[in-house]
Amino acid sequence: MVHVSATPVLALRGVSKRFGAVQALTDVELEVHPGEVVALVGDNGAGKSTLVKTIAGVHPIDEGVIEWEGKPVSINRPHDAQGLGVATVYQDLALCDNLDVVGNLYLGRELLHRGVIDEVSMEKNARELLSTLSIRIPSVRIPIASLSGGQRQVVAIARALIGDPKVVILDEPTAALGVEQTAQVLDLVERLRERNLGVILISHNMADVKAVADTVHVLRLGKNNGSFPVKTTSHEEIIAAITGATDNAVTRRAGRRDAEAAK
Amino acid sequence: MSDTSKTVQPDPGSEHQNTVAPSDDPTAAPVTVVDPRLLIRDEGLKGYVTEFKRKVKGGELGSLPVVIGLIVIWTIFQLQNDRFLSADNLSNISYYMSATGMLAIGLVFVLLLGEIDLSVGSVSGLASTVFAVFVVTHGMNGWLALFLAVLTGIGIGALQGWFFARIGVPAFVVTLAGFLGWNGLMLWLLGTSGTINIPADQGPIKLLGQSSFFMDQAIIGAYLLAALGVLSMLVGSFGEQRRRKAAGVPFRPTSEILLRVGALAVASFAAAAVLNNASGVSNALVIFLAALVIVDFVLRRTTYGRKVFAVGGGIEAARRAGINVPMVRITVFAISGGFAAIGGMFFAGQTASATLNAGGGNTLMLAIAAAVIGGTSLFGGRGTVWSALLGMLVIQSIQTGLDLLNMNTSIQYMITGAVLLGAVVIDSVSRKSQKAAGRA
Repeated sequence: MVHVSATPVLALRGVSKRFGAVQALTDVELEVHPGEVVALVGDNGAGKSTLVKTIAGVHPIDEGVIEWEGKPVSINRPHDAQGLGVATVYQDLALCDNLDVVGNLYLGRELLHRGVIDEVSMEKNARELLSTLSIRIPSVRIPIASLSGGQRQVVAIARALIGDPKVVILDEPTAALGVEQTAQVLDLVERLRERNLGVILISHNMADVKAVADTVHVLRLGKNNGSFPVKTTSHEEIIAAITGATDNAVTRRAGRRDAEAAK
Repeated sequence: MSDTSKTVQPDPGSEHQNTVAPSDDPTAAPVTVVDPRLLIRDEGLKGYVTEFKRKVKGGELGSLPVVIGLIVIWTIFQLQNDRFLSADNLSNISYYMSATGMLAIGLVFVLLLGEIDLSVGSVSGLASTVFAVFVVTHGMNGWLALFLAVLTGIGIGALQGWFFARIGVPAFVVTLAGFLGWNGLMLWLLGTSGTINIPADQGPIKLLGQSSFFMDQAIIGAYLLAALGVLSMLVGSFGEQRRRKAAGVPFRPTSEILLRVGALAVASFAAAAVLNNASGVSNALVIFLAALVIVDFVLRRTTYGRKVFAVGGGIEAARRAGINVPMVRITVFAISGGFAAIGGMFFAGQTASATLNAGGGNTLMLAIAAAVIGGTSLFGGRGTVWSALLGMLVIQSIQTGLDLLNMNTSIQYMITGAVLLGAVVIDSVSRKSQKAAGRA
């Protein structure tokens, strides 16, 4: 476990969100400290995406308080979240295939030199950023189309870091990746932690969660259903919290296998 | 992370695919273990050849089809008629290509978005008529009339862009409606007479006329232009090299810069010599070239140009990056309309009149064909404005050659159609192999 400072960089206190008749989130609590990787898990429809979107400013919250470095703030638009220092990397990558890596990293916030795009500074900064993150890609001047899925994912995450955020939200970053690419992305998540960023990681993959997260927050039916330190919690306990029962398909299956092994 | 990454210097891109030879790289780490999958170019001429082969295999044809096409076309026509490669005929080609070339510049913007503007021919005709009506019927100052005519084109383009971006009507339908509608408006403005003759001795029509030359045909004029082009490329390239060296990022080796500048120098001074053998550089061509330089700068070096490429490459990504997609679309169509109108002025300058045929016939096809032949993809996101120049050279050579051989319009149309189809086939095939090579 890494050292975690006392004041959370981002805290949600009793956050609720309603869409018409659907209560998507009820009294949700969440704390993210600098240098902490918080995994957000839960079944489909548990409210993970909604929670992330409230932080990212896509859906303003109905009730509760969002605290940023200990002070209450209001996040009503994506712009507000970006202004505070929240960067979101969505599941479907938002990269332009035809632009090169540098162009994508700086898309929408190009560096200018006398009103003209400053390719030299952008390339220099991009190379520095990628090298501090130990990201290996063939060239920073290669079109995104030429990169593998894993390389695109790390570029997308690196892009989130250009704005110097304090909290990075990763929505299923490894969902579509192979074994090696997943490892690359998990390495990158660890490097974000080393840079003292707060990371919120949404994942269905317990192996990934166990591998990089410090804390697991479980959401079930829009409510908190436990928060566990990863090191001391077993796989089954987390599954139980996700499904809401100690007797579930996963534990039954595990029990059956144990019984068979015992024979 | 791969195993190699643990042992490798954390330097993501020191081997740039086409800007640096390893030994020139100031940032090269002392011990560089190279991932074999990285793109590295060997030093020297051999490296060029290897990289060229790799690019062609991967479908990155660049200007190769154009150069080959141009050589084939010039050879065929020269064999048919030995006046084809005469200075006078080449001078004709350079003059007449400027008008349709202006339309092609506007189309490059639209094609970069992955859209099409079918109205440029009609808009150019309408603009020339608007100009003629203002100047002849209302006795307006020529330059003011030109301004209003171009404004008309911009307005029409913006309107069509608005229907596309805000209402969501497919661009090809909006502009197809425009193709017919603006042509109708032009016919209505021309009325029963069918032709308005514009005084050719003043204003824009004099400037764009066939007997209007840069520096009044002074021999030095053409060479001055060539020298200007070569010099600015030289200064620009070395300036960039210096800045990149200072910033510690890969830069073009001096030999490559000299090679490129040398190629440009040979081409431009040869062109200048040929044109001087005729009557000099027409002002229409000078304006066309100036427009190319300006537009190239806008597309490559400004945030607006970057936005155009981004929208062409991925709308969702562009939107998430905070780019106002509808605004980019509307402005791109406005630019297309504006260049169509400028092209219309060039047509008016050619004949010193506004006629029923202005911007009609195969004008639209020629402009689209020029942009695509030059290497701008119909599928969006890929291309440069120089394709308008290269493509127009091919297209105008064919047109002039067929005229020289006294071919019927029927034959001309069939050949133009075939050329357009051929260009799009090359574009589609190269895109396919780019996809196969993981580059699209």
